[in-house]
Amino acid sequence: MKRLLDIEFHKFRYSKSSKTLTIIYLAIVVLLMLSGMIRIKLNGFNGSFSDLGIFNFPLIWHVSTYFTSFLKIFIAIVIVSLTANEYSNRTLKQNLIDGLSKKELILSKFYLALTLAILTTLIVFLASLILGLIYSDFNEASIIFSQMGYLGAFFLAHLVFFCFCLFAGILVKRSAFALGFVAVWWIFEAVLNLIARGVDQLYETHIYDWLLHILPLNAMSNLIKEPVTKIDLISSTIKQIDIQGLDFTYDMEWIDILSVSIWSALFIYWSYALLKRRDL
Amino acid sequence: METILEINQLHKKYGSLTAVDHISFKIKKGHVYGILGPNGSGKSTTLGMVLNVVNPTSGDYRWFEGSTSNHDALKRIGAIIERPNFYPSMSAIQNLELVCKIKNIAPYKIEEKLALVDLLSRKHSAFKTYSLGMKQRLAIASALLNDPEILILDEPTNGLDPQGIRQIRDIIQKIAANGTTILLASHLLDEVEKVCTDVVVLRLGKMLYSGPVNEMNRNHGSIVIDAVDREALHHFLKTKAYAGSITVHDDGLEVTLYEDVDLTQINKEAFENGIILCKLFHKKQSLEDQFIELTNQN
Repeated sequence: MKRLLDIEFHKFRYSKSSKTLTIIYLAIVVLLMLSGMIRIKLNGFNGSFSDLGIFNFPLIWHVSTYFTSFLKIFIAIVIVSLTANEYSNRTLKQNLIDGLSKKELILSKFYLALTLAILTTLIVFLASLILGLIYSDFNEASIIFSQMGYLGAFFLAHLVFFCFCLFAGILVKRSAFALGFVAVWWIFEAVLNLIARGVDQLYETHIYDWLLHILPLNAMSNLIKEPVTKIDLISSTIKQIDIQGLDFTYDMEWIDILSVSIWSALFIYWSYALLKRRDL
Repeated sequence: METILEINQLHKKYGSLTAVDHISFKIKKGHVYGILGPNGSGKSTTLGMVLNVVNPTSGDYRWFEGSTSNHDALKRIGAIIERPNFYPSMSAIQNLELVCKIKNIAPYKIEEKLALVDLLSRKHSAFKTYSLGMKQRLAIASALLNDPEILILDEPTNGLDPQGIRQIRDIIQKIAANGTTILLASHLLDEVEKVCTDVVVLRLGKMLYSGPVNEMNRNHGSIVIDAVDREALHHFLKTKAYAGSITVHDDGLEVTLYEDVDLTQINKEAFENGIILCKLFHKKQSLEDQFIELTNQN
C-alpha cells in the first residue's frame, strides 16, 4: 500500500492542475474561516456570522461540513484529470508495461481518493475546531466532541464522490468529457427526482423517498442534511410562524451510509473490471 | 539455454478482424530477435499481449519459464511500445523516478542511464519540451533502468530524422554487445539485419517464419558474372545444373543458384570454354529480398 500511495502521490505532486486546485481548495477553506470574523455594519445592523451561533459546538460540525461539501468539486477535478490524463498521455499503458498490475493501478488510484478524503476531512475538522474554539459559547470537551458523526458523513460523502470521479475518468478517458459525464449524471439524477416526485403525487407512491437513498449522488447529499433551520435565529422564526407540516430531521440515516459505501465499492470494482477488459 | 519468453498459440481478434493468428515462438536468452512484418501485420498486438496491455482472445504466454507472475515478470524486462509515453509536465528525472518506484528498484541508476542516451544536460527539463528523438532516447533510458533481462523495442526509430535513427541504432548495438536479449519489432529491414540473430516474420497476423536470420530462405543466393562476350557466357551458363534463372543487368548477368558453387571452378570451366570473365562474385540475398520473397509466397 505504501508503494502504491508513493507512486500515486508522485504523479499528484508533479501535476500542475492538481497543485493549483488543491491550493484553491485550501484558500477557500481559509476564506470561509475568516468570513466568521467579518463584522457587517449596515443600516444600524451590526453583526457577524458568529453572532448567529453557527460557530457554537456542536452545531459547527454540522454547519461547516455542510457548507464546505460543495468544495469537493475542486478535488474531484484533480482526480478526474489525474485519471483521464493517464489515458490521453498513454502513461497508463506504460505503467502496466513497467510492471504495475491492473489491480495495483486501480488500488493506487483508490488509495489516493481515500487519502484525499481523509485529508479534506482533517482540514475541515481542524478549521472548524479552531473557529469553534475562538467563537463558541461552549468550551467543554464533552460538548466540543459531541455530534462528530457529521465528520464521518463528510468523509463518506467525499469518498463516494471521488470514487465516482475515478470511475468516470476510467470510463470516459478524456478529462473534459469525464467531468461532463459527472455533470450529466448529476442532472440525470435531478430529473429522475423530479419525475419521481410527480409520480408520487399522482399515484401516492413513495418512489422519491427510495431514490433519495438509492442513487449515488442523492445518497451522498442526503448524508448531511441542511443545518440552516437548526440555526437559532431561523428556527425560532419558523417556530413563531408555526407552519404546519414542516418537520425537519437532521440525523444521518444508516441507509445512506450503507448506500454510499456500496456505491464506493461498486465504482472501484467497475473501474477495475473496465480496465481489465479493455485493450490499451 | 534459458527460455525468456514462450508464446503458445496466441490469438487476437478485434471483432471480425483477426490481428494475430495462432502464433507460437520461443525467445532464448542472449539472442537478438527481430519481428518483421509490414504495417498492420500484428507486431504491436503480439507485443501488447505479452506485455499485459492487450487481452489475448485465446492462447497463452509464459515469461521466464513461468517462475513469476506476469506483472512481476514485467519488472524484469524493459519495453517501449510505439511511441514514448511519459508525464508531460514532469522532468526526465521525475519521470524516471516514477518508473523506479513502479519497478520497485532504487533510483541510483538514473544518471548512468541518462548518460548512456546522452540526455544528462537536459535532465531537469519537462518532458513536453523534448524533441521526438530525445523522447525516444528517454524511453530507452527508462527501459534500461532495471538492467533488464530482455529489452523489447517496438519501432524505436519511427519518425526520427537520420541522426536520430543513427543514434538509436548505435545505442541498440551497444546494448546488444553487452549480451542483453533484445526483441526488436520493425519494418525497417536494414535495421534488423544489422543487429538481429533470429527473426520472426509476420504477415496479416500469421507467422511465416521463425528461426535464424541466415536460414530464412533455403536458397543459395546468386552470382553476378560478366564477360566481354555475353552471348557465349549466357549459352555456357544455361548448360549448368546449378544455374537457375538468368537476369541480364547492365553490369552483368545475375544467376540464381540451385546449389552451392565453387567460384574457382566456374572461372576455370568458363576459361576452358573460351570465355574470359571480367566479373564474378557471389551475392548473398539481402534480408529485404528474402522478406519480400517470403511475404509474397503465401
